Amino acid sequence: MSDPILSLTGLDARYGDFQALYGLDLEVAEGEVIAIIGANGAGKTTLMRSISGLLRNEAASVRYRGQPIGALRADQVASLGIALVPEGRQLFASLSVEENLLIGGKVGRAGPWSLQKVYELFPILQERRSQASTSLSGGQQQMVAIGRALMANPDLILFDEISLGLAPVIIRQIYDALPGIVGEGMTAMIVEQDISKALSVSSRVYCLQEGRVSLQGRTADVTHEQITDAYFGVGA
Amino acid sequence: MIEWTGAVVQGVLLGGLYALFAAGLSLIFGVMRLVNIAHGDLIILAAYLGLSTTIMLGVHPFLALLIVMPVMATAGYVLQRGVLNHTLGDDILPPLLVTFGLSVIIQNALLETYTADPRKLTGGAIDTASLDLGGISVGVLPLVTFLIAVGVIAGLQFIFYRTSLGRGFRAVSDNQDIAQLMGFNKAHVYGLAMALALAVVAIGGILLGMRTSFDPAIGGGRLIFGFEAVIIGGLGNLWGTLVGGVILGVAQTLGAKIDPGYQILAGHIAFLIVLAVRPNGLFPRVEH
Repeated sequence: MSDPILSLTGLDARYGDFQALYGLDLEVAEGEVIAIIGANGAGKTTLMRSISGLLRNEAASVRYRGQPIGALRADQVASLGIALVPEGRQLFASLSVEENLLIGGKVGRAGPWSLQKVYELFPILQERRSQASTSLSGGQQQMVAIGRALMANPDLILFDEISLGLAPVIIRQIYDALPGIVGEGMTAMIVEQDISKALSVSSRVYCLQEGRVSLQGRTADVTHEQITDAYFGVGA
Repeated sequence: MIEWTGAVVQGVLLGGLYALFAAGLSLIFGVMRLVNIAHGDLIILAAYLGLSTTIMLGVHPFLALLIVMPVMATAGYVLQRGVLNHTLGDDILPPLLVTFGLSVIIQNALLETYTADPRKLTGGAIDTASLDLGGISVGVLPLVTFLIAVGVIAGLQFIFYRTSLGRGFRAVSDNQDIAQLMGFNKAHVYGLAMALALAVVAIGGILLGMRTSFDPAIGGGRLIFGFEAVIIGGLGNLWGTLVGGVILGVAQTLGAKIDPGYQILAGHIAFLIVLAVRPNGLFPRVEH
């Protein structure tokens, strides 16, 4: 593999006394789309929080382009070019749709994404630009959350459970938009419980189980049985 | 009849001053969910800083604002980042205790520095000038105070809803974690919010000092008036804060009209009535 854009080595993540990740090793190459799958409580969201800086760890356990970032604050990580689309969307309720998107551009990194480009990707948001963000449907809110992350022009974008709680037709719509996003040369990590969706857009997959990597490999190479085993812990 | 109308007008103008006290409180609570018990004492501190400035430089109190505002704003930023940020968290008690302690410290420091003698800021001709509006005599200073209050609230409203700084305040207030993800350093944003609030406190303090005499012990009373104006108007609504201040001011002047001893009591009663009828205030925060 070429020089990884992101590498985790022996990442132990804790919430107080509770340890959620145990010595996790993971690498992402530039331009790759990685799927992270696993059951509830396997540590997927903790992994996202650790990379994005919401959960601070030992500096050297998370490296971005070789630089240790594990102990940085989330705003410092963001300015380096990592953006997170958080689980449950988490839009700013007192801000309009457009203000939510503008907030995303706060880090001020140069790149292809602008308000105009986000509106081209999700035209419905332009129509709803001055509405309160919470008045949108779940799917539209998810579009705002994705657009908000894109506005930062990240080099690495993390998607945490973007299909959670959405209707299948909306999920398809959002996944259809993904190639247009990563096609811009962006590296992406996609956390999903919907395994088939995650596998369909990724080139490699990591399966987490109880805070450890239970399976990793090229999406094309892993078998259904291997995933079932790694997911549920049978024989892992 | 004209006397009562006069009392209402005076009350409205007095309400402008209370709105200035309340705006800072409301801003601090709105952005960081911090109840600032030291707010009244910070107002008095600003008045004393105004006093020192006018005496040392021989300038008009309004001109002293050019010094007192940046000094208070800087102090606010340092206070927030150095002390108050460390008290914020899931528990609401630490910031209450720390700002209460701060209140005691400020009062005693003022007492040591300036003694307990009542002082006043003298503005010259404006102190006694008045306008005759259809038989009602209106003081120029209260009128100017009210107009400044309206201007300050309009300015805060503009900052909150029309600038990227205000977007940051609202975003951090909505969801600290996600705002941090968007590149906002929470500690810095909070510092800026406190700086802005104390700049408003500086204005309120100087205008208070020009209106009445002050001593180090009266901060607590100003805090109560500010609180009452915020609650009457509805939390998180800046224009509501102005209405709250006006209602409180009118209740006080009408009370004083009945009997001078009823002034403060009438204000508290008006506050309690609003609290009983509309526990969330008259204009609780409207989403966007």
